[in-house]
Amino acid sequence: MLSETGILYAALAILVLPLASYVITFFFGKMLPRKGDFVGVTFMGLAWYAAIRIFITFWKIGDPSYRMEKAFTWLDLGGFSLDAGILVDGMTSIMLMVVTTVSFLVHLYSTGYMKGDRRYERFFAFLGFFTFSMIGIVLANNLFFLYVFWELVGLASYLLIGFFFHKHSAANANKKAFLTNRVGDWGFWLGILTFFTATGTLNYFELFAHAHVGTIQGTLMTWAGIGLFMGCVGKSAQMPLHIWLPDAMEGPTPVSALIHAATMVAAGVYMVARLSPLFGANALLVVLYVGSITAFLAAMIALVKTDFKRVLAFSTLSQLGYMVMALGAGDPVNAMFHLTTHAMFKGLLFLTAGSVIHAVHSQEITDMGGLRKKMPITFITYMIGTLALAGVPGLSGFYSKDGILGSALAFGMTDGHYLPFILGIAAALLTPFYMMRLTFKAFFGKPADQERYDHAHESPWNMTMPLIILAVLSIFVSGFNTADKSWFSKFAAPYDVPAIAAEFHLEAAPADAHAADAHAADSHAVDSHGEPVVAADAHGAPAHGEAVADGHGDGHGDGHDVHHTAHIRAMIMSIIMVILGITGAWWVYHQKRVDTSKIQKRMSGMHTALEGQYFFDEFYAATVYRFTLWFAWLMAAFDRVVIDGIVNGTGYLTRIIAQVSGAIDKYIVDGAVNGVASVLQGAGEGFRRIQTGRVQTYLTYTAASVLVLILIYRVL
Amino acid sequence: MGEHILSWMTFFPVIGAAVIAFIPSERKEVIKTVAAAAAAVPLILAVQLFMTFDRTTAGFQFIEHYTWIKSFNIEYFMGIDGLSVPMVLLTAFLSFICVIASWGINKSVKGYFALFLILEAGMFGVFCALDFFLFYVFWEVMLLPMYFLIGIWGGPRREYAAIKFFLYTLAGSVLMLLAMIAFYLHTSDPVTGGHTFNMLHMFDQANHSEWLQGTNVRHVLWLALFIGFAIKVPVFPFHTWLPDAHVEAPTAVSVILAGVLLKMGTYGILRISYPMLPDQALWFSYTLALLGTINILYGAYCAMAQTDMKKLVAYSSVSHMGYVMLGMAAMTSAGINGAVLQMFNHGTITAMMFLCVGVVYDRAHTREINAFGGLGMQMPLYFSFFSFALFAALGLPGLSGFVSEAMIFMGVFPVYRTITIIAALGIIIGAAYVLWMLQRVFLGPKNEKWDSLPDINAREMFTLVPIGILVLLLGVYPMPVLDLMKVTLNNLIKVVAG
Repeated sequence: MLSETGILYAALAILVLPLASYVITFFFGKMLPRKGDFVGVTFMGLAWYAAIRIFITFWKIGDPSYRMEKAFTWLDLGGFSLDAGILVDGMTSIMLMVVTTVSFLVHLYSTGYMKGDRRYERFFAFLGFFTFSMIGIVLANNLFFLYVFWELVGLASYLLIGFFFHKHSAANANKKAFLTNRVGDWGFWLGILTFFTATGTLNYFELFAHAHVGTIQGTLMTWAGIGLFMGCVGKSAQMPLHIWLPDAMEGPTPVSALIHAATMVAAGVYMVARLSPLFGANALLVVLYVGSITAFLAAMIALVKTDFKRVLAFSTLSQLGYMVMALGAGDPVNAMFHLTTHAMFKGLLFLTAGSVIHAVHSQEITDMGGLRKKMPITFITYMIGTLALAGVPGLSGFYSKDGILGSALAFGMTDGHYLPFILGIAAALLTPFYMMRLTFKAFFGKPADQERYDHAHESPWNMTMPLIILAVLSIFVSGFNTADKSWFSKFAAPYDVPAIAAEFHLEAAPADAHAADAHAADSHAVDSHGEPVVAADAHGAPAHGEAVADGHGDGHGDGHDVHHTAHIRAMIMSIIMVILGITGAWWVYHQKRVDTSKIQKRMSGMHTALEGQYFFDEFYAATVYRFTLWFAWLMAAFDRVVIDGIVNGTGYLTRIIAQVSGAIDKYIVDGAVNGVASVLQGAGEGFRRIQTGRVQTYLTYTAASVLVLILIYRVL
Repeated sequence: MGEHILSWMTFFPVIGAAVIAFIPSERKEVIKTVAAAAAAVPLILAVQLFMTFDRTTAGFQFIEHYTWIKSFNIEYFMGIDGLSVPMVLLTAFLSFICVIASWGINKSVKGYFALFLILEAGMFGVFCALDFFLFYVFWEVMLLPMYFLIGIWGGPRREYAAIKFFLYTLAGSVLMLLAMIAFYLHTSDPVTGGHTFNMLHMFDQANHSEWLQGTNVRHVLWLALFIGFAIKVPVFPFHTWLPDAHVEAPTAVSVILAGVLLKMGTYGILRISYPMLPDQALWFSYTLALLGTINILYGAYCAMAQTDMKKLVAYSSVSHMGYVMLGMAAMTSAGINGAVLQMFNHGTITAMMFLCVGVVYDRAHTREINAFGGLGMQMPLYFSFFSFALFAALGLPGLSGFVSEAMIFMGVFPVYRTITIIAALGIIIGAAYVLWMLQRVFLGPKNEKWDSLPDINAREMFTLVPIGILVLLLGVYPMPVLDLMKVTLNNLIKVVAG
């Protein structure tokens, strides 16, 4: 067990080790034996060890509200300052475990998968840089540095999606990822600015306290929350900003596993869970719908895709949708729980995908088939991951997904918003179906391509070892229980916001006369969103809404019963869905009792829509992209023709005036003046030969005006 | 040198130019070495300034104060405070880098380096002068060498660009001159009671005559000064000289133009307009924020439409200077400090971008974005440097541009919320044009046409690495520069906004 300083140093070590790995492999990788891959693997191993130490410490502490926070003043203008700091609590320690585990295993795996690549050392350097940035997100204790590292993981993602940048597809995909994220970050940044402006702080816990006492409340807080959530929509690829994630599969497969499945895309979920007290009920309603819609629509697309990685990518979208849905239903703990289990089994699935791709040199499932005999370890680990994702009882995914569906149902039962739950349960039917479809097509049946099949072989130990470890974790990580009953409850619990507020000794905001009432109503508000808040807004007592977000999991009478009932019902339903889904896929794709091509024909419109991913890309291409380019063109043309036209026109006009006045001089004014004029014209002729000639008259004109004006001033 | 450090900095390059005048023009290496030495001395002095500058006072330091032209009360009055110090350091740093970057110049070497050094002197003078007349003289002194540097050593349309630059700036100068004369005639020296060009006297509103206190007069004077400076910044719609001048100028001159000269506009507003007409600064601040936002978005959209790399970078300057204006308009500590930091950071970042464009232009003799593709494979080191510069330009955290932009947003959001929301769109569009160019030049399949292009060489790296280090260091920890300026700027806010 570590002391408080021990935790700090361990956390710093976890932050610095990947950075050191990045610097060493980036600058010296080429000179080192094995191009320095061992640096990354070793350093990540050390970081993993440090994370385990922290994890054990928090296990022993067993108190989710315990936190270690250290900060220093990073920027100080006297009156305006920004802090940099580290926050470690139970939730942090889980994230540290998730990130270092997957990162270490991916580093190890990559020594096999990326072997022989031209830019092998670069790959490890970028992985190190990514891990550093991701750890930064996890450790930050304020919004400013959250944003800093948030952008840095974006860069890492950009670099790794575009790792094979000589391919047009990769070069398009990484730009798309970065820019789509920037759209989300625009909202995120404005959300941060709003909170900062309203409260004068960026520190998480101080912000919670401010939100509690009502320094920021009502509509402003709703919008600020939606702003923050936009960051999540971008990073965690929620609709309508999800378009970048499928394309991000252009990156090498270990990258897809680490960044685009297990960790980075979950950063949005982590952020909202971490900042849950900052989301008012109205904002959470948006979160809930966005998440559930994404969960369902993405799962639909996964039904028809034939690219192994793309199926997994849409599955990731769908699962992220689940997490976001949990956040929206006011259950950040289960969101984090699902994040954890998902990181294991989805990381695993992508790595098995890599193993398969490595073996058959194709990503198309139509090129595969029967691989289970050729690649037994890959197959078995893959099956564990698939069943966990499908939500088969006994495996981790079942418990975390069940928790989310239960919360969604409970929310529906108390607030009347049943649609999110319906979408969620529908996705729970689709998930086992599309995963088993993938399984039957890739691993069962007859080889679709005999040549590829003959060539296929099991991957080397440095690739299978990570698979085995992740498979084991995919089974056990949930502790065979939902979040509130498993080991997880020692690490994550809803914030005790009143206690946090008391820590900071803030006075209730003066404008908020109703705040006290609203807080008194805390217990009624538990687990009930939406409707009362709308009412509260109308009555000008919006603090009510934020109280809702505060009050979770306090286990008050009514709420608890509803929760309990909801969870049992949701569990029963989701077990039915799993059975249906798996049987259905077996019936269709293994027994081949259904002719899928006929269904495709009969529902061709639907199929086209799914195959085309609802044509989001086409829609954006026709609207946003086209408009932006057209507008840029328009502005540039305006600049050239109008603005510059005025400038040149002025020059031209000046020249004409000067010529006229020169003529007047020449023919009307007497000889002495005439002389001067001709000298000027002579000079003008000289200049004219240098260039267009319209300019020298400018000079004359300005010089003359200067003289005149000086004279005027002198007289004055 | 300790006593007259500012004069030494300002005039040492002139001495260098004089020495160069006596070197036979065929001895090019000697000329270049002398120029490098003449630019190195101010750099060393700049380091000394950095070490000894007193960060705790808002007043002027390293003051030199002598009578120059007695009959008009014109003084040789030099001194620096927290506003000018970062600019002086930037000038010294970039000038030296640019002399090195000019090593490839082969046409009339003697004239080039002599003019370049005179230009450097002019820049130092502008940032150090505390006598309005002296300021004006230095301001004009810079114009001529710049005119010739563009007009002789520039690209195909160099004459047009040079004359446009010259006349445009001159037009601004005229307005400034008028305002200056008005101030001269209507400010009295508290000791002698006579007219004065002393800026410090002009700052003190008690010295202004009754006429000068009239609202309409002050509006007119503010606008005259503002337009004079706005042309330099350049503020929309006075910006069209900039793309032409940047594109035609040789690399090192573009660097100076964008890195230092543009800052003179915003420097002038903060140094002269704000303290002399504080009430007008408040009156104008909303408009300034609006203009800043227009600059940010308009510059970014124009940049996106460009097909010439250098023109794209030039328009990105329009966009980035918009952030400076936005921060200045905020009149908050974070806003103004961010604005001045942004002036410094834009100087370094845009310098890197121009140097990088120069690298490929020297090799391929074209800057057409669409002519390239896949250069990342061909020139991996160059790819790294250019990407670094471009990511700094799009405001990536960890690099200096982000810090100043973030400070500006944090400073201005409480004051002008709607404007900030719109201006913040610049972070999306900014990323778009940068990444799109990066893609078209470096990514994608290798273009066989460029198979013979060698990667970046040691001299080029020598110019880029120091700037890169600075950009990184200030991105990770910006306080060394902020410490220099914050006391002065916080005091300025007090003067203006009360």
